[in-house]
Amino acid sequence: MTLPPALGHAITAFIVLNALLVLVAYVTLLERKFAARMQSRIGPYYVGRPHGWLQPVADALKLMMKEDIIPAASDRWVYNLAPLVFLVPCLLIFATIPFAPELGVADLNIGVLFFLAVSSLEIVGLFMGGWGSNNKYALLSAMRAVNQIISYDLPFIFAALVPVLLAGSMQMSAIVTAQHGLWFVAYPVIGQLAFVAFLVATLAAENRVPFDILEAESELVAGFRVEYSGMKFALIQLGEYAHMLGTSFLGALLFLGGWLGPGPVWLGPFWFLLKAVLVFLVVTWVRWSFVRIRVDQILAISWKLLLPATLILLMATGFVVALRGPGGA
Amino acid sequence: MPDKQVVELGYGGNERLMMNMGPQHPSSHGVFRMILTLEGETVVGVDAVIGYLHRCHEKLGETLTYVQYPSIASKTDYVAAMTSELAYVSAVEKIAKFEVPRRAQYLRVIVAELQRIASHCLWLGTWCLDMGGALGGGATVFLYCIREREMVLDRFEELTGARLLYGFHQIGGTRYDLPPGWDKKVRETVDFIEARLDEYEAMLEENTFFRVRTRGVGVISRELAQAVGVSGPLIRGSGVGYDVRRAEPYSSYGDFNFEVPVETAGDCYARYRVRMVEFRQSIRIVRQALDGLPQGPISSRPGVKSVGQVRVPKGEGYARVEGARGEVGCYIVSDGGPKAYRMKWRGASFSNLAVLPHIVPGHKVADVVAIMGSVDPVFGEVDR
Repeated sequence: MTLPPALGHAITAFIVLNALLVLVAYVTLLERKFAARMQSRIGPYYVGRPHGWLQPVADALKLMMKEDIIPAASDRWVYNLAPLVFLVPCLLIFATIPFAPELGVADLNIGVLFFLAVSSLEIVGLFMGGWGSNNKYALLSAMRAVNQIISYDLPFIFAALVPVLLAGSMQMSAIVTAQHGLWFVAYPVIGQLAFVAFLVATLAAENRVPFDILEAESELVAGFRVEYSGMKFALIQLGEYAHMLGTSFLGALLFLGGWLGPGPVWLGPFWFLLKAVLVFLVVTWVRWSFVRIRVDQILAISWKLLLPATLILLMATGFVVALRGPGGA
Repeated sequence: MPDKQVVELGYGGNERLMMNMGPQHPSSHGVFRMILTLEGETVVGVDAVIGYLHRCHEKLGETLTYVQYPSIASKTDYVAAMTSELAYVSAVEKIAKFEVPRRAQYLRVIVAELQRIASHCLWLGTWCLDMGGALGGGATVFLYCIREREMVLDRFEELTGARLLYGFHQIGGTRYDLPPGWDKKVRETVDFIEARLDEYEAMLEENTFFRVRTRGVGVISRELAQAVGVSGPLIRGSGVGYDVRRAEPYSSYGDFNFEVPVETAGDCYARYRVRMVEFRQSIRIVRQALDGLPQGPISSRPGVKSVGQVRVPKGEGYARVEGARGEVGCYIVSDGGPKAYRMKWRGASFSNLAVLPHIVPGHKVADVVAIMGSVDPVFGEVDR
């Protein structure tokens, strides 16, 4: 008996989604432990010995049991819908990521494009949340969010397009295959510059310190999610971490050779996860060591530095590919 | 379903937005309310509201006796409790012309300077917390600073049994002498902190983001600083080398070698630099005072037996000390009884805070918290 293809896809998507949720939960634990070590603390410890391995579960339970408060003056529809609109694109980005050859939901031939397009959709939910809350902090944060996402999506896309050009394909699995000889991060000059630009744009796209002006808890309290509580807050938080993890996977896939690594083929997913976590930890490391910069400075960095730089880099990559042909080595 | 409430968002003409910062706000450093008028992200007006932490300190000073009040005085500036105690007892001693033994004077200097270190630790931590966020690099600096502040507080705990409000000073001297081995521990503490200071500087000054957030932000000109009457690191960051310890040495400060750091830029970075140098100068003073600590009594007055024991002749006196935040003054009028007839605090934070409406407008919202943090107010001292 063979399953109809639609059902097969649905089952894969279900598995990936659930694995993802667990992974996201434990990524939060990883970040908390990592941050704690940086700050000479221990971090979560008592909920689930050793080292608080039950902490994410406890957090999720706590948030589920919290009272869900809807501000009287909020725009109810927009306010209630926003967490979902925010979460769905954040989870959808995993659809095109292959975790190993033939292991993924859908290895589209325009995988990278799909990822980039969907991941910038989160801004809609974010703005809805900021607007619907009818709170000045949230409104200001939503305005900042739009500014920032527009400014940083372009460098993010340009940086991500460099490996696409080098591989000569937008299909994620093809990009990995093209890195068999040489990971793109090791590609002379272009690879490193593109990786750095990608990381910086990632920080901004994920709203992490030093670019977390939308959350900016010392100015805007919690930004667009200041009015959210309980499960809605949990959804936003989940979406944020899922987005972060998705971007880390993308970084590992575009620059660090995806599932390529020593050992038998079945180790592939583990290599991939390891690399994604490494990218995630680099981002976390930056997050916990920098101070936030101002909104005008963020925009200046993007428009005056990052955008022209990535554009030039993309052009240079085009020349190189025209001369040498696509592919690593 | 109830009628939907309509909330006025406060858009005035010219697309202005009124936004409340505080009294309950993550970076209001206590309970301070700023009503900001925004045009987009730019602040065009600021209305500062104080008084949320008013506890009738000056009235308390008139109802409590000279024996009781020093431990209440520490509650004005609770981050640097030692200096407000010192200001109070100095004022009383001035009126009554009580002698203070040299050992007590040195002890006062040691605790005052340790207190400055502890207070600046908290300032650096919370300021970075304001700029870097509780979920970012700011929190890292904050926790490092708290770790160092804890060490100083441990020393104070060994000395007085208290960690925040000490009651160390009393009229005529100090209440406690050093426990055995304390000076060695203090030396270790300041050595440790001195080594950490280099780390902070490396972490912050070599960080471009920190520099762009602080340089040229919240500039207080020399004229403005003098006109408003700011003191402490604020006025020294604006190019005026004014320090009460140097201008009018009290409590044996004349015996020690130390520098008064002055920066001319007047921005947040200048104030940061001034405080970073003050850290080191305080450590220097602590070491000198420990080296030269004379033997002898710690108080010229008999031990406390009753609350009305200290009587001060008729008269009035004003004593000022250099607190961590600037000039802390205490003015007392005595009618000859066991209590002050009138008393008035000059809080350093209160005068420093008055500069905010002059320097905040024109900056972005994010700069408001950076400027607030660099002013380093403690609202116990502002509202009293």
